[in-house]
Amino acid sequence: MPIINVENLGKVYPVAIKSPGIKGTIRHFFHRTYRNIEAVKQVSFAIEPGEIVGFLGPNGAGKTTTLKMLTGLIHPSSGTVAVAGHRPFNRDAQFLRNITLVMGQKQQLIWDLPALDSLKINAAVYDLSDAEARQRIGELAEMLSIQDQLKQPVRKLSLGERMKAEMLAALLHRPQVLFLDEPTLGLDINAQVAVRSFLKDYNERYGATVLLTSHYMADITALCDRVLVIHQGSLIYDGLLDGLLDRFAPYREVSVEFARHQTINAATLAPYGDLQSLEGCKATFLVRTGKLTDTVSKLLNHLSVQDLTIAEPPIEDVIGKVFQTGSLK
Amino acid sequence: MKRYLRVLNLFWRVAIAAELEYRINFAVAVISSIGGLVGSVFGLFLFYRTGYTFQGWSWYEALVVLGVFTLLQGTAATFLVPNLNKIVRYVQEGTLDFVLLKPISSQFWLSTHTLSPWGLPDLVFGLIIIFYAGHQLGLAPLAYVAMLPPLALGIVSLYSLWFILGATSIWFVKVYNVTEVLRSLLEAGRFPIEGYPAAYRVFFTFIIPVAFLTTVPAQTALGRSETTWLLGSAILAAVLFQLSKWFWQFALRFYTSASS
Repeated sequence: MPIINVENLGKVYPVAIKSPGIKGTIRHFFHRTYRNIEAVKQVSFAIEPGEIVGFLGPNGAGKTTTLKMLTGLIHPSSGTVAVAGHRPFNRDAQFLRNITLVMGQKQQLIWDLPALDSLKINAAVYDLSDAEARQRIGELAEMLSIQDQLKQPVRKLSLGERMKAEMLAALLHRPQVLFLDEPTLGLDINAQVAVRSFLKDYNERYGATVLLTSHYMADITALCDRVLVIHQGSLIYDGLLDGLLDRFAPYREVSVEFARHQTINAATLAPYGDLQSLEGCKATFLVRTGKLTDTVSKLLNHLSVQDLTIAEPPIEDVIGKVFQTGSLK
Repeated sequence: MKRYLRVLNLFWRVAIAAELEYRINFAVAVISSIGGLVGSVFGLFLFYRTGYTFQGWSWYEALVVLGVFTLLQGTAATFLVPNLNKIVRYVQEGTLDFVLLKPISSQFWLSTHTLSPWGLPDLVFGLIIIFYAGHQLGLAPLAYVAMLPPLALGIVSLYSLWFILGATSIWFVKVYNVTEVLRSLLEAGRFPIEGYPAAYRVFFTFIIPVAFLTTVPAQTALGRSETTWLLGSAILAAVLFQLSKWFWQFALRFYTSASS
């Protein structure tokens, strides 16, 4: 039984069009023309309890809009959403107690005061007793290793510490479904790693379901087995992260270093594959996975090779390529 | 209900702690409050100096109205203005999302989240004026108590108007100016409503119900209020409050939150 179920979800925004200049402004003031922008089109997917799913897409692809429909902040134009058995847009108390939303670029903690003050308010809102709140804060603070910083005014915390405190505030009520929008945005590598391992830990400890967006592929590869890729409002991939590579990048990078005594140029290397670079006696090819063994054995037979490595293309490049071409369906 | 009280208690304690980080503000607030008060007492004095009276209002009776006005101004500065400014910020920064995702009434959160002790001087001076004028008029203690219900109703009406204006920030985002207009209109409450020409009186009673905010509580204290006015005050408060709730729900339907 999936905990998140989305069927044919769509969102259309009316956007006012304004021509530039003073004339345009005056016309815009009296008579507005609107164009409908389809931010999300016919998106369907289901997520099982306890899964960590990565939600990928370039800026403006519809990730945030989808997250907002899943949390009930905006009403879908079409389709149905069910999260933990509730219709999100009703925002009934039982639903809200079950979910949380963390936004990397927005903060809920009170700027001038220690995070502990904001946490106390959250505890009261979620009706936790003082003892319970203390116990949970202690536990989460330990997992995040920010016990000492909770007593400092939030404005004095580093970005990484602040994000951890935000996480603590968002998870105090122990939600079962976590929506994370760029939780590691702007953090340094150490802080990113800390946030990642915390999320993994939280997921394992409480069996929580996590849907996260991130521009850092390392977040996705470290946390998610499964990814959803959205592009221009449509879901173009739903499956394993490994499968994404096979589907969108069915090639490997073959780097070869040749022995010096032979003449190597672009013409002699052309038959072996898609030549990417050639510097002195070092060459790099892209070879389709199906032809890999064949090509490598040919290279080794015909030419004198000193060193040869085969690598998967970096996932950033693959994703980038998917987003550029879009319809690699 | 118990949960709301616990949250409210925390909101206010936290807000005061946050405001007290900036001490010099308090001195400024006291000075500006005294300045404003001296100005309005002097203004009122100018009328009465020459023997002119607002229809049926003696100098001390008019002072009671001024006291109620100052009290309301203090209430607004303490409870309404800081929260309203926050609504604008929530909408602008998109952090309203966090409020809407809490299992608690968003109107309650937005209306009570913070308070600023800078309205306290006005509250204190308002009370001083009321007691001073009341003492001169020989008011019985019960008269002050009688003033409380219409005053509370006035505050509810004022809050509702304010919140409705604040809710428009969902569409217009920056609405500081709109509330400035309301504030200026409320200035009319400084003087007894009978002091205005008939046309204005209608406007300040039925369009912007200033009369119910200051004149009616003062009349009640002076023992000359009519039941119809009190009833009107109650109906007005109930209607406006309900309207503010309805309007907020309506506004939220248009909220799509600032995009990331």
